Amino acid sequence: MSSRGKIPHWADVTLVPLFSVALAFALSAVLIWAIGESPWQAVKLMVEGAFGSSYGWGYTLFYATNFIFTGLAVSVAFQARLFNIGGEGQALLGGLGVALICLYIPWPHWSVALIAASLGAALFGAAWAIIPGYLQAKRGSHIVITTIMFNFIAASLLGYILVNVLRVPGSQDPASPRFPSEVALPKLHEMLALVGIPFSTVPPVNIALLIAIGMCFMVWYMLWRTRLGYQIRAFGESEPAAQYAGISPARITIYVMLISGGLAGLMAVNAVMGEQQRLVMNAVEGAGFIGIAVALMGRNHPFGVFLAAILFGFLYQGGAELALWMSIPRELIVVIQALVILFTGALDNMVRMPIARVFARRKRAG
Amino acid sequence: MVLNDSQMRQETAASDLAIELRGISKAFGPVQANKDISIRVRRGTIHGIVGENGAGKSTLMSILFGFYRADSGEIFINGKPTEIPDSESAIRAGIGMVFQHFKLVENFTVLENVILGAEDSGLLRPSLARARGLLKDLAREFELNVDPDALIEDLSVGHQQRVEILKALYREADILILDEPTGVLTPSEADHLFRILKGLKEQGKTIILITHKLREIMDVTDEVSVMRRGEMVATRVTAETSPTELAELMVGRKVLLRVEKPPAQPGAEVLRVESLRHVDSQGVERLRGISFGIRKGEILGIAGVSGNGQSELLEVLAGLREAEGKVLLDNEALPLSGAGCDGQARRARRIAHVPEDRQRRGLVMNFHAWENIALGYHHDPRYNPSPWRMNNAAILRDTTGKMEAFDVRPPDPQLKASGFSGGNQQKLVLAREIEYEPDLLLVGQPTRGVDIGAIEFIHQRLIRLRDAGAAVLLVSVELDEILALSDRIIVMFDGRIMGERMPDETNAQELGLMMAGMA
Amino acid sequence: MTALKPLALTASVLALTAGIAQADAPALMFDMGGKFDKSFNEAAYNGAERWRESTGGTYREIEISAEAQRVQFARRLAEAGSDPIVVLGFANEPTLVEVAPDYPDTAFVLIDAVVDLPNVRSVIFAEQEGSYLVGMLAAMATETNTISFVGGMEIPLITAFACGYAQGAKAVNPDINVIVNYTGSTPAAWNDPVRGGEIAQAQFSQGSDIVFAAAGGTGLGVLQAAEDAGLKSIGVDSNQNHLHPGSVLTSMLKLVDQAVYDAFTDGPDMETGVVVMDLAAGGVGYAVDEHNEHLISAEMIDAVEAARAAIIAGELSVHDYRTDSTCPAF
Repeated sequence: MSSRGKIPHWADVTLVPLFSVALAFALSAVLIWAIGESPWQAVKLMVEGAFGSSYGWGYTLFYATNFIFTGLAVSVAFQARLFNIGGEGQALLGGLGVALICLYIPWPHWSVALIAASLGAALFGAAWAIIPGYLQAKRGSHIVITTIMFNFIAASLLGYILVNVLRVPGSQDPASPRFPSEVALPKLHEMLALVGIPFSTVPPVNIALLIAIGMCFMVWYMLWRTRLGYQIRAFGESEPAAQYAGISPARITIYVMLISGGLAGLMAVNAVMGEQQRLVMNAVEGAGFIGIAVALMGRNHPFGVFLAAILFGFLYQGGAELALWMSIPRELIVVIQALVILFTGALDNMVRMPIARVFARRKRAG
Repeated sequence: MVLNDSQMRQETAASDLAIELRGISKAFGPVQANKDISIRVRRGTIHGIVGENGAGKSTLMSILFGFYRADSGEIFINGKPTEIPDSESAIRAGIGMVFQHFKLVENFTVLENVILGAEDSGLLRPSLARARGLLKDLAREFELNVDPDALIEDLSVGHQQRVEILKALYREADILILDEPTGVLTPSEADHLFRILKGLKEQGKTIILITHKLREIMDVTDEVSVMRRGEMVATRVTAETSPTELAELMVGRKVLLRVEKPPAQPGAEVLRVESLRHVDSQGVERLRGISFGIRKGEILGIAGVSGNGQSELLEVLAGLREAEGKVLLDNEALPLSGAGCDGQARRARRIAHVPEDRQRRGLVMNFHAWENIALGYHHDPRYNPSPWRMNNAAILRDTTGKMEAFDVRPPDPQLKASGFSGGNQQKLVLAREIEYEPDLLLVGQPTRGVDIGAIEFIHQRLIRLRDAGAAVLLVSVELDEILALSDRIIVMFDGRIMGERMPDETNAQELGLMMAGMA
Repeated sequence: MTALKPLALTASVLALTAGIAQADAPALMFDMGGKFDKSFNEAAYNGAERWRESTGGTYREIEISAEAQRVQFARRLAEAGSDPIVVLGFANEPTLVEVAPDYPDTAFVLIDAVVDLPNVRSVIFAEQEGSYLVGMLAAMATETNTISFVGGMEIPLITAFACGYAQGAKAVNPDINVIVNYTGSTPAAWNDPVRGGEIAQAQFSQGSDIVFAAAGGTGLGVLQAAEDAGLKSIGVDSNQNHLHPGSVLTSMLKLVDQAVYDAFTDGPDMETGVVVMDLAAGGVGYAVDEHNEHLISAEMIDAVEAARAAIIAGELSVHDYRTDSTCPAF
């Protein structure tokens, strides 16, 4: 009788996303075929390019690391039914935090710098998120609107700081100077070399991947094993019930935005400190928005976010390989990525309902 | 099933039957909502259908009105086999339905609502004129007075319901189905409705009345069918049955309709309320200076038609709304606004609260039973060994015990709240609130949407809490419940207290008048 | 340095795509704005196409969509054997600093920034000089004594355009009013014609009657707005006079296409080092063709040509904002 068909939980978290992705790929194949290229070769290129070598894996995991952070940021907020669209701006500010810490403090060793930069990134991201959080909690300004606006403000602020404060004198690139080599993060191949596993030295995947995985666990623990998580989830499921229980909506909103912004900010540890080694205007490059799709697809669960982030890492790296080796325009690659977002996010029910029907029929028959 | 005399007598000629259902079954996934149901409704009678929540009454009527299709079975209307794939076919077959939640366009006039979807042609003017004439006739014949040009949003609930009936009659319905029609009405509005229904019956219309109130069945129906767990368990001629028999048929065992209650032993005053005022977010003054007291070991019942300030009173006392005035608990003032005015602070003062709307406030429907047991008590140190760890296992253990003590079925702490029936949801809330042994229990509509078996249990628990020395403030729109449980009764109307009565010195008629503001 | 696996993959991929481009064919890597930005990137694409048409050769091209792809793609192109590899945009300066030393036998060409490596040719343009000349033209053509500038992002490169423009205008008329606005602060600022049109309209309402757009795709909206308002505009990078004949006063030419064409023609054995594309080298200038010759009088041409000669001769120096982040004309 419920509007949502009953599907076993395992099917909800595996079958539905798998079918959605399969549908998206089927439609993409038609598009590739329509522009006169071979869909089979394209798929092969994407899969081999993303997973066929340690080089491909390295890039896939590098992108996935970004998406884990921003995906977690969106899903934590969504547990409280707050739609944090501001991951982009929060990550930008996180990048600023990383840059200031790496540039202005002489660190003896990357490990200390990593701790400080992580704290700085989280702090800056959280500070940027708390303003919309406060406005929602105390003034009722809708968080979707304010976080979007704050993306633009963050970009402008960063532009100003890069051009007028951090830019290398004489350089026309609005970017900070390169960080000192002491704060270069160990890359995955260096870490794997310690245990004797050979890995491509090229891709920028670095120790931030471990932080991202750690964050998945921490977010899961926070949400389902602490009182704060309990309050966040109760507030998200039912605000009247949370109020009844004496959970302050304003306080939870602000806490959640702090955590969400902090997670988004942490993304900069991977992109800015791990890869670019300097702060550029475009440091976040849309990962804040991809995080929304990742959270949607990951059902707002940290482990789902992890898997969805790998998928989007694959789409990015596989898409790059497509662009390199086939004459498929960049726009079509964006279309393929968008189709996956569309099918897993917006058209979720299109897949869910037939699956629910199949389960209902099987149950009646069985 | 053995047919008894009255059923045998009903074997009337098929031509006398307005509706006959044969072997109707309907399943939703694993849930068998209707099992092989057969029923015969004679033309020109009022036929009651009773049953507990979830017994399958609404499903059956939805099949009859074309919202669902039966998995198997046949429908005969006026003796002819009829397919009803959608509600349009139902209307064509002469069936009209008045839903529990009205389906009216709030900012349309009565007339516009009546013709909506049944316009004679693309031009509205002739339809409106015809409807106006018809409304005038109906008003004269059946006391169905409604101003045709009034906007729906300006009408009282009772009048809105009349519009729903008019809608059905405008579509030339011969068979009228009413789903729990009195749930939203005052006693006098309900009486008026029943006069209308009797008038319609005399005109030869057939009426099916779905309700869980046995008194209404006894008052207005000619025959009554009882459903239990998706099955039709019996049909009786109303004059030949009794509320006790019907209740037993509904529940499947003997039930006590009258609450056994030892006399109260009131102690010292626990709560004192002085000139309490509350203005809601829309700027409407909901409480206009309320003063009363409640003592230990006493159940104070607050009667009133829904929307006269009782809900707000309950929420002000529970710390969910801010107010002006004075509230003393054990001679100590409770903050009525700002810090210290929230659910958490009230619980710390040993005030427990069973909210009126358990699905919106009392429970998080998507939470497991055990998570709901911690709701509001999630700061309990037993559940939190440290701020960084919530001991889920401890809550789970606690929940198992509380579910057992309150006979919550199924006794599965991992089941989500939405998976329990209304009665078991309410038991879950009560288990949580009562097990903390509060000094004062605020309880709103404790048995709304709860089946008879659970009502009995809930009433006993409230009395047991009272006998243990707690004060209970009971808000209910069910007069029967107020009369049965209360040791003292206050009637509220329009944010004011109309008066106080002792239950054995008053009756439903007097309270009904006070509830309507006439004292 | 590089692991074996990616090389193996590259080889297999190359086998797949054999025939599209030879291993030692030149390659072109676009900047973030994308190939068809009607401006910088597109000019480079046109240069490459011109080379293809005139020589019949083939080349590989790639658009980036993420920061990490700068290094990734530059590397992949080098590994695939492309030579020379033309990399567009100053944002790729660190890219080549990182990648070029690993492939010493491959020639790289960087446009819009300088990398001092033996196998890198750095092509930079004297945008301030070209802007100076169109600024003079604008100052001579204005009837309201107010002209304006729409930039993409407020970054030194674009401010150098604005600064040169203002210097040229003030050289003609020291009292002229020059309004300067920028579209935005995100990469979207380069491709937002609607916003460009709005900014131009706002400038018109402040009295401007000639607007110079240095904003990539955003500039198309600026040019359109000028035509709609019956006023004049100045195009940028490529010759945009034909877009709105009679409304586009002239275009400030920045011959990126020429730089790409030259690089492709010179091939793997090109001379590296810094190439300054200034007025003297014909790398920048202003466009006069059949679409706008009626808008520019002989006296205007004379004045501008005199200034051009003076600049080339070194008698007149146009200040480059990028050298000290100040502009004498603001």
